[in-house]
Amino acid sequence: MLFTSYSFIGFLAIVILLYWLIPRKARWVFLLAASICFYYQSGKTNLLYILATVVTTYIFTNLIDRNNTKEKEYIKANKESLSKEERKAYKEKQKSKRQKLLVASILINIGMLAVVKYTNFTINNINSVMRFFGSGAHLSFIDIVVPMGISYYIFQTVGYSIDVYRGKSSATKNIFKFALFASFFPQLVQGPISRYDDLAPQLYESRKFDWKVTSFGLQRILWGFFKKLVVADRLLTAVQTIISKNDVYSGIYVLIGMLFYAIELYCDFTGGIDITIGTAEALGINLKENFIRPYFSKTLKEFWNRWHITMGTWFTDYIFYPLSVSKFMLNLSRSSRQKLGDKIGKRVPVYTATIIVWFTTGIWHGSSWNFIVWGLGNCVVLLISQELEPFYKWFHSKTKVQGTRIWDAFRVCRTLLIVSTLRLLDCYRNVPLTFRMFASIFKNSGEITAKNWGALGLTNFDYGVIIVAVIIIFVVSLIQRSGSVREKIYKLPYWGKFCIWFGLFLIVLIFGQYGIGFSASQFIYNQF
Amino acid sequence: MKAKTIKTILRLTASIIVVAFVLSFLTLLLKPKFMTGITEGAMIAEFYKEEMCHDVVFVGDCELYENISPITLWENYGISSYIRGSAQQLIWQSYYLMEDTLRYETPQVFVFNVLSMKYAEPQKETYNRMTIDGMRWSMSKVNSIKASMTEDEHFIDYVFPILRFHSRWSELTNEDLEYLFTKDKVAHNGYYMRVDTLPVTSIPEARPLADYALSTNCWDYLNKMLSLCRKNNIELVLVKAPSLFPIWYDEWEQQIEAYASKNNLKYYNLLEDSDIIGINWSTDTYDGGLHLNLSGATKNSIYLGKLLQEECGVSDHRGDPYYESIWSSKIDFYYASIEEQKIKYGITDSKDDE
Amino acid sequence: MDAIKDTLLNMLSDLHPDVDFESETNLIDNKILDSFDIVSLIADINDELDVAITADKIVPENFNSLEALTKLVFELSDED
Repeated sequence: MLFTSYSFIGFLAIVILLYWLIPRKARWVFLLAASICFYYQSGKTNLLYILATVVTTYIFTNLIDRNNTKEKEYIKANKESLSKEERKAYKEKQKSKRQKLLVASILINIGMLAVVKYTNFTINNINSVMRFFGSGAHLSFIDIVVPMGISYYIFQTVGYSIDVYRGKSSATKNIFKFALFASFFPQLVQGPISRYDDLAPQLYESRKFDWKVTSFGLQRILWGFFKKLVVADRLLTAVQTIISKNDVYSGIYVLIGMLFYAIELYCDFTGGIDITIGTAEALGINLKENFIRPYFSKTLKEFWNRWHITMGTWFTDYIFYPLSVSKFMLNLSRSSRQKLGDKIGKRVPVYTATIIVWFTTGIWHGSSWNFIVWGLGNCVVLLISQELEPFYKWFHSKTKVQGTRIWDAFRVCRTLLIVSTLRLLDCYRNVPLTFRMFASIFKNSGEITAKNWGALGLTNFDYGVIIVAVIIIFVVSLIQRSGSVREKIYKLPYWGKFCIWFGLFLIVLIFGQYGIGFSASQFIYNQF
Repeated sequence: MKAKTIKTILRLTASIIVVAFVLSFLTLLLKPKFMTGITEGAMIAEFYKEEMCHDVVFVGDCELYENISPITLWENYGISSYIRGSAQQLIWQSYYLMEDTLRYETPQVFVFNVLSMKYAEPQKETYNRMTIDGMRWSMSKVNSIKASMTEDEHFIDYVFPILRFHSRWSELTNEDLEYLFTKDKVAHNGYYMRVDTLPVTSIPEARPLADYALSTNCWDYLNKMLSLCRKNNIELVLVKAPSLFPIWYDEWEQQIEAYASKNNLKYYNLLEDSDIIGINWSTDTYDGGLHLNLSGATKNSIYLGKLLQEECGVSDHRGDPYYESIWSSKIDFYYASIEEQKIKYGITDSKDDE
Repeated sequence: MDAIKDTLLNMLSDLHPDVDFESETNLIDNKILDSFDIVSLIADINDELDVAITADKIVPENFNSLEALTKLVFELSDED
């Protein structure tokens, strides 16, 4: 069920209405049923994967939890008889037991993700290597469709099992409640990746109905539809044309493609998240924000703190930190400091962990080399700018640009340019081709002609709509810096509110790209 | 009631009225008007403005509404008739148009053109819209939509046509403003007139089919038509209009003939009779044999009218002041249209005399 | 405990000489310390104070102020 389909809108209306009508105690059960229906729509087999992750995570987290309780009870019961050393040894032993359970749980789940997502990628690479060594043998690909949203819900359940291991959350005893946490339908398709301690209590304990909260949710959904239907879907064909016909659209068109893609991706992704968060909000559930005006970022590092936030913090909390403060890394740090000196030695663990995290981030986005190069490209830029910090300090001590509007605007543009350039890897999906296309920008090949510009499939009306819509989104983002825009509109007199929201609805209704679409040319008079 | 509650209710009511008003206005604005160019799209809706006194109602596709002229039937036989035709009208759409017609009047004869027996499944969304959008809401319309929808269509698009036509905002013309609330008459009791000529030069060869059996789906609807007619004491007449193309296969002809004789129905194959009718394929068609022009349609109507009167007993209402008053204005409009079209297509009268 | 606090203050000041760590209580939420800083801080603590801070202890509450961090390191060193 696509977010922008009639069936989703119908589904949403029914779910929101019924959710508030049924008794509070039954609401979580209803949400689980709705989530299962929603996921079932995307394919029956998909349910098996989510069931597998729910069952395994449920079992292992409960085993971990039980061990924890056992440890506490044992120590409490034998408080007097145990010496400090004995107690410590016992604790260590139990901890390693729990660690094994956790590792098993993670291996099963990440393993499942890896199999569906990366098997063909691995086979492809093995085949390339074999070809390189002149072997005629090759492995055939497996026939598997990556289940919708699996990267998201597996990250969510794995994060949960680590939280239970760390003692941050206690394991839920009710497998159905846990299933709801894993499958909560609004975030199933594209995140955000929620944390158990944040989301679960809201799912299980429904709030009292508050029209303000629910209407705010509906408003946010509408805003999401605006971004997706009016802007993103309108630009989609142009972006696809530029990418797929790269022999025609090179040079200056690569830059245009970068700009179009930046707008399209932003509107598509943040619009989708608006629909997700808005849906949850209409049910009285607060999800974590996933974007905070990312294109206003002044550095790439800041960008990654403001774009796809829940993914970034997931990688930081569950990969970057454990990795960089692991015993191995700390020892590595110590030894490299001794051997390479303080300055370089200090960097070794951080750099190693950073590289690993960005490699993983890359491959998480897609199982092909272009995503890995994209991840590592981000990593390189981040590390270089980290190293350039002393230079910037020196630069700012010599000049007075720091803090000026012009300088900030320059940094914002520069960051957007870096982000967009790296994204070319995501566009062309092929590393050498990406470099070729990027190089073509400087070679001045490719010219804008009426013909190839027209072949992008957008009319002047479309460009007009896109420009106006982007201005609206930009202005809304500016206003948003000083607090919730919906809250500001809420304070307006009734008819002011009415005009804004009904106006936005009409804009989506008329200027949205949806439906079969009328074209007089379809009425060519032929045989009937 | 407290003042606050009253205020809220008033506000809500006012809001709903504003929303309904704006949405209706936009729907009217964005819906295609079919007043120029492809005027066939406006024909189905025109029926409801009629004085409901038709003895013969034709249902079917372009082979009816371009090949038969009710004005000629009136002028020559005093037959009061109407064509509920639309582009690529499929058999279930014809059936539901019959049902729809019965909500307003009960004719003596329903004439159905059998070409659409060849289409077992929904064909084109745009033609669906041209046939269905003009219908007034009733269960017949609902059922017609359900039977006609192609795979990417949604029922809701018919309920709220703005969902379908919203993207016309960039194609709006003066026509959309001019015909916002009122429509011009485009057809002559459902007849789509053309006075120009494009002779038949070649007929595409009939390609053999893998299976000539007309589909059960179509037979079901034909049976439904028959029982609907019997229930209402209406005679069902089947025709095959004189169009050279699309090909009407002999195998199909045999099946229809067998059905007609089994059910004791009249079936007139006007294509076979085209020599008797006197169709001249170099002067009587405007698109190389697909459809007849005015000259062809007139000849065809004279032939068919005779059959309707003599074999089906359809009355001659000429001389009846009630009918005369209805038809006289129709006749004026008819001849005005002929003149208009002659200018449009640059036809001089001398050429017409041959 | 004061010795720990002094050592930590030195480490923090090395990272960001321009921040007044004794009064700042929102080091994480105000994005003064980023993940790089935290990791190098933990490496330093491991090196100089021989206290291992594990990943589960890396939560904003433990790193938001010098006070909180001192408390964390003190508790961990006490456990051993």
